[in-house]
Amino acid sequence: MNVPSSKTGKNLSMKSNAFVRTLYQYWKYKYLVLLFLPGIIYFIIFKYLPIYGLVLAFKDYRFLDGIMGSPWVGFKHFHEMFSLQSFWEVFRNTVIISFYHLVFGFPAPIIFALLLNEIRNVYYKKIVQTISYLPHFVSWVILGGLFMQFLSPSIGPINILIKSLGGTPIYFLADPKWFRSVLVITEIWKSLGWGSIVYLAAISGIDPSLYESASIDGAGRWHKAIHITLPSMMPVITIMLILNVGKLVNDNFDQIFNLYNPAVYKVADVIGTYTYRMGLENMRYSFSTAVGLFRNVISFTLLIIANQVSKKINDYGIW
Amino acid sequence: MAIRRSSAGEKVFDVFNYIFMFILCLTTIYPFLYLFSNSLASSEVAQTQITIIPKSITFENYKRVLTNPLISSGYYNTILRTAIGTFLGLVTTFALAYPLSKKYFPNRNFWTGIIVFTMFFGGGMIPTYILVRNLNLMNTIWALILPELVSAYNFIIVRNYMMSLPESIEESARIDGANDIIILIRIVLPVCKPILATVALWIAVWHWNSWFDSMIYSQKAEKQVVQLIMRRIVLEGSQQVMNMSTMDESGLRVVTPESLKAATVMVTTIPILLVYPFIQKYFVKGVMLGSLKG
Repeated sequence: MNVPSSKTGKNLSMKSNAFVRTLYQYWKYKYLVLLFLPGIIYFIIFKYLPIYGLVLAFKDYRFLDGIMGSPWVGFKHFHEMFSLQSFWEVFRNTVIISFYHLVFGFPAPIIFALLLNEIRNVYYKKIVQTISYLPHFVSWVILGGLFMQFLSPSIGPINILIKSLGGTPIYFLADPKWFRSVLVITEIWKSLGWGSIVYLAAISGIDPSLYESASIDGAGRWHKAIHITLPSMMPVITIMLILNVGKLVNDNFDQIFNLYNPAVYKVADVIGTYTYRMGLENMRYSFSTAVGLFRNVISFTLLIIANQVSKKINDYGIW
Repeated sequence: MAIRRSSAGEKVFDVFNYIFMFILCLTTIYPFLYLFSNSLASSEVAQTQITIIPKSITFENYKRVLTNPLISSGYYNTILRTAIGTFLGLVTTFALAYPLSKKYFPNRNFWTGIIVFTMFFGGGMIPTYILVRNLNLMNTIWALILPELVSAYNFIIVRNYMMSLPESIEESARIDGANDIIILIRIVLPVCKPILATVALWIAVWHWNSWFDSMIYSQKAEKQVVQLIMRRIVLEGSQQVMNMSTMDESGLRVVTPESLKAATVMVTTIPILLVYPFIQKYFVKGVMLGSLKG
């Protein structure tokens, strides 16, 4: 390797400004730079060009003119968006569904982890864990096909059971009264086991001497779970909560897209599915980009706020 | 533990806890078993059963699904994108993480920030779609590989792992006269094997399960991945894709459309069911690594 002598390095730094010094650093580590380049070019092309493409939200996209040549229209698409009844319906659905996911879905893996921690038999615990991870590995597109049959009013076992008990079958996936519950329950079903991993990791990191001294003081398992296990999980719970608050306007596109149908659009159409139908089915590129940008900005802002609040209260955040 | 015997309340709790976990497992597996049994059902019994043991078994459903040419082309596309996507993704992630794990790399924090930012903010569906179209990637395998080649999350996991390695391993090799390339291949790569294996599995499962990119970027049915073909048969009920008859040569109905659909779902699910018990522990390890840093 051609490492320049320390003398020329010194001369350089003395004569020139910080910029040249930095450039020299890149030259000095040119093999590392060579490794680094493909990856960073990838990020610039496939992540930052689409971010630049967000200017479409302020333009009228014309295919032949490209993103750059299309005329500016200011906030036209945002004005249209905010005046549309359908947009507010979609926005409300997104927030309501995410809120349900947060209220019912967030505590579920924590409780599961606490209960699993109380199982003493190691083999039983391992088997339960492994089985509970299964749905995580199966994509929503498959689960969409699975639940379509499973919840079907004619051949689904739940409805066969209801019918055999003398009830009338329920169209779970086509009944607006049921659809959101189906979303929440199937999401918990899918992510319960997987979501518990981070909490189990936190539990396994607890100092055993805490439990020993508590036992000597006569604490039962319930007291130990409430006064030792749960408080020790708090940092992880906080971080997961921050991330989930940031997702409040990010719908679970894969889940809804594979389960919904026109009969439940009124309660199930969310920003992601709306963007898809408006943009790629109706070819309204600029309008859809505006909807997507609106969502991204809210989601990013929520994340920053949640992180700041957490820093104030707990002294830790995700950055 | 020996100091206190468990109270009666705790014993009752234990019993309930064991039973609760058992029911939970049953709830997780039952939908898959139900679908599996339905996929084996012949036309007479398919409509009414709840039990997971079919009254009569037929392989006719699977025969019809597996001879559908779109299922085989779908499988080919899925395997191809998984193989190429995992390899290229892993190499790029590794190459990017190594320089940025070095404290002396110029503007290290700036470049890391550039990458991490994409975890929280992005262009979204339409700008990415227009980019892929402008790059002429439509209907090619690259449209399924390039847009999500490297994830910022995987990058952070690999970089953190590299940063936790002691600097002294590389230094002693340097003193022995090894150059950067030799150090990278002979020393860094072997120590990073566990984390690279984990990330490779993540990328592979992600590719295997992806379908939406194929739906918007692959317009030709024979270019679409198997998950999407399954979706079009089962969820959209597309006759043109389904291309499977429920009757035999003499016009007798031998299978039901529902059983055919169940078999189609099973054909795409079975590989995952077979593989997941063996790979799940690497996934768990990866989640642990991620959570340690957080």
